[in-house]
Amino acid sequence: MLIELTILSAFFGGLFILLSSNENSPKLSFYLSLVPLLGTLIMWLNFDGSGNALISGSTIAFETYVSWMSLGPYSLNWHVGIDGISMPLLLLTSILTPLAILSAWTPITHRKSQFYGLILLIEAALFGVFVAFDFFVWFIFWEAVLIPMYFLIAIWGGTKRKRAAIKFFIYTNVASLIMFIGFIALIFGLGDSIQSLDLIEVSAALQADKLGGLGLLDSHTLKSMAFLAMFIGFGVKVPIVPFHTWLPEAHVEAPTPVSVILAGVLLKMGTYALLRFNFTLLADVAQKWASMIALVAVISVIYGAFLALAQTDLKRIIAYSSISSMGYVLLGLTTYTVYGLGGATFQMISHGLLSGLLFMSVGLIYNATHTRSIEDLSGLADRMPITSVIFIVGAFGYMGLPLMSGFAAELFIFLGAFGASFPYAKLYTALSMFGIVIVAGYLLLTIQRVFFGPFEVKGNPDLILPQIHDIIPLVIILLIIIALGIAPNIIFEMIQDAVEPLAFLFGGQSNV
Amino acid sequence: MSELILLIPQLCLLLSALLILGYNTIFPKSTKLVILTGIAAIGSLGSISTAIFLSSSKLQLGSLFGGQIVVDGSSLFFVVIISSVTLLVSIASYDYINKLGNQAEYYSLLLLAATGMSLMASANSLVIAFVAMELASLPSYALVTYLKSNEGSTEAGLKYFLIGALSSAIFVYGSSLIYGATGSLGLSAISQSILYSSSISGLLGIGILMVIGGLAFKTASVPFHFWAPDAYEGAISPVSAFISSASKAAGFILAFRILIEAFPIDVVSTLGLDWTIAIQILAVLTMTLGNFAAVLQENVKRMLAYSSIGHAGYVLIGLAALTGSQDTLVIGASMMHLMIYGFMNTGAFLFIALAEHWDIGPTFKDYRGLGLKAPLVSVAMTIFLFSLAGLPTGGGFLTKYVLFMAAIGAGFWWLAAIGAINSALSLYFYSRMVKALWIDEPISDLNISSRRIPLGIYAAIFIAALITILSLPFFSIISDFAMTAANVLLS
Repeated sequence: MLIELTILSAFFGGLFILLSSNENSPKLSFYLSLVPLLGTLIMWLNFDGSGNALISGSTIAFETYVSWMSLGPYSLNWHVGIDGISMPLLLLTSILTPLAILSAWTPITHRKSQFYGLILLIEAALFGVFVAFDFFVWFIFWEAVLIPMYFLIAIWGGTKRKRAAIKFFIYTNVASLIMFIGFIALIFGLGDSIQSLDLIEVSAALQADKLGGLGLLDSHTLKSMAFLAMFIGFGVKVPIVPFHTWLPEAHVEAPTPVSVILAGVLLKMGTYALLRFNFTLLADVAQKWASMIALVAVISVIYGAFLALAQTDLKRIIAYSSISSMGYVLLGLTTYTVYGLGGATFQMISHGLLSGLLFMSVGLIYNATHTRSIEDLSGLADRMPITSVIFIVGAFGYMGLPLMSGFAAELFIFLGAFGASFPYAKLYTALSMFGIVIVAGYLLLTIQRVFFGPFEVKGNPDLILPQIHDIIPLVIILLIIIALGIAPNIIFEMIQDAVEPLAFLFGGQSNV
Repeated sequence: MSELILLIPQLCLLLSALLILGYNTIFPKSTKLVILTGIAAIGSLGSISTAIFLSSSKLQLGSLFGGQIVVDGSSLFFVVIISSVTLLVSIASYDYINKLGNQAEYYSLLLLAATGMSLMASANSLVIAFVAMELASLPSYALVTYLKSNEGSTEAGLKYFLIGALSSAIFVYGSSLIYGATGSLGLSAISQSILYSSSISGLLGIGILMVIGGLAFKTASVPFHFWAPDAYEGAISPVSAFISSASKAAGFILAFRILIEAFPIDVVSTLGLDWTIAIQILAVLTMTLGNFAAVLQENVKRMLAYSSIGHAGYVLIGLAALTGSQDTLVIGASMMHLMIYGFMNTGAFLFIALAEHWDIGPTFKDYRGLGLKAPLVSVAMTIFLFSLAGLPTGGGFLTKYVLFMAAIGAGFWWLAAIGAINSALSLYFYSRMVKALWIDEPISDLNISSRRIPLGIYAAIFIAALITILSLPFFSIISDFAMTAANVLLS
């Protein structure tokens, strides 16, 4: 019931804002976005789930199961619930949304009510993605996310916003279609062994090895093909190199608050789905291909980092480094160790916060200087001390400075990856650690050029000082990042509990 | 007499057509358009409600008049689609034809065509099928040329008529070949005689192909799709809405019934006449051609016309994937899609009708900035377009994915994959319209606020939008209805 109320509060809040006036909508939407936050916090404090929802022996928190319809041989149900993997992501979504709204007060100057309305609608859809356990319910939310995002980029974006928006739209839609075909082929391969498209039932049937062939494909090929289709489908969303080309464009064109949601939460949809579908439902294929997937992950890490190194636009730097960071998530997933899987999930949260922080500080710089190019900026630390300090601290967090969430996340992933049993695991870990060096390289370079040295801004800067509502979100995010860095157990305990059954699926090691 | 009770939905439409003609004869000078609209709306509403009542009642459904006509779940399902479209179009026409004259003729032609289409849904022999098709076609030709002094309208009507006449001839010739081969015209009798004789394959095969060709015209599928873009563009938009939604649905139920009842796969495949292969080719060609051509259009109505061909291609998956493994789901999915399509496509065309009412030009560019001037209808249009593209703003999302799902289940993952490519492509051209409405810089001289509010079109668009949206959460109503209909058809 709480889940439904939270989703509906965001949904109807969004509709209400769409109909409200431009003057009131910024404040009103902020207050309304606190309702889903409250709902999520209540759920977090009363969270009583245990285990991994898709693996038997779990307790799903706040579960609802209502019959929706029957479609031929299968029934569809409104089945939502929360486990230790979805809870942190819900928290991330509900925290980032009000903060993104605050960060929009300065840069968004036209069609305000539509902007804030769409932000709340996308929040509702994102909630749905993280709580749904029925495939079609999940898929509706999954696709619904695209619609507000398309408008948010296309209306309030930069000069090439329309192209970026339609590219994002079609790219991710094609990905969904590929994924759909793969998943449904799997469903029909399971034949009579399932009666519904409930992921929990599908998972149970797959673990019990009920998969038969479909048409000319035997069960083995079908499984591999389905895995591949879903991997590509979700890989676009993550994005994994080479499916990443939509991301820099979308990020550069999107306004700051939309970048925050895009990098902070939308990319996590991809890794969340990979974790649920590829790495849980088809865990045996994932484990068999672990070495290959880890290679893809390492390529994403290194290639994304090198691309970031070559950029001069601050937003592009963070966008490409997101690709790199998502590579770590993928690497963590391949390991099938508690630390690896848990670290990957923790990295989703950590990166959501860190990239949100960096995008917001870049937004502040842009508001004041009207440029994002490193070449146009120099010595900002002098004139914009608060923004500079936050960006620099955030960047150090991004590099994995201890006592910040990024350190914990990457440490867990590397610990897991070193202990992983697939071939070349240690080599890949070492290589991806090298990624951190590059990250440190470009971030330090950026800091040095933009914030230090003699003050100079090309173009026509206003250098208006950020207002209190611009700074608050940054401070809050920073505090959470530090809190998670000092005490990762705030959420890691929950995550660990949810990924343990997955790691033990193949008799995995307990802690390493 | 008792047989007529089952035909009440059709009779409602016929009766209201005759009432309108009668009213016009008695009061030829009457300009009370609201009365004509009222009769048409009540007639189609009556048809919808009686069809729903019959399908849920305990009455014995079945074949009438010696098996010539059949009233069952599937025929009633399509009567609901056809009459719903007729209802929406009647309401919307109230504003549209206000100044155009010949209103009584317009409404009676509309209702007569709807009668023909709903009879197509019930045709159980090739003769009745042909008669019903002509009853639907002839008024449609006249409706397309309703603006008889307009060059585009007459040209469209002529094209429609010529291709229609050709395809009718092909259908009749095909029927005669089938009759020659089997000695019967009733659908079940045909399948019986095929079952008991095995030396008739050549003639029969050509006959089946020709019948498929004739049906392709009605459903605007390859190879008889040429007329559609011209006819939809030339006709007034309410008529385009009517033909592209209702006529397509009627063509499809006829195709479903003839192919499934008269030529069951398990019977004809032993003769080497597996028509699913022909339909697979047609499905791929139809959806690919429709969607690729739609990408190239600058004219919104032509874009919708080609996209309507594309949707015919999706629905053809329902026939193409009949291999025995997931038949009910496959046919049911096609039916669901036609039902939702009836609302979302009609809504989209009626939005164009509204734009024409406001003197907005025909191309995408002319719609720039309309979203901010007329937000409510533009939201409705966005809902229609995204639902047509297969995004979750309406039931079109579920029907499209259920169709793909059914195809995969029947082993045709490649058909689903081609459908998926087309679907992604369709997102491009549908979102062009969305972009024009909401995102592009507004045109400065767009002025719609001074005009009288066309209540009829508004009402029709909102009803269509509401049903499109609600069909997503309440999809089970439509899916159960469609699955029952599919079950009846297949048993």
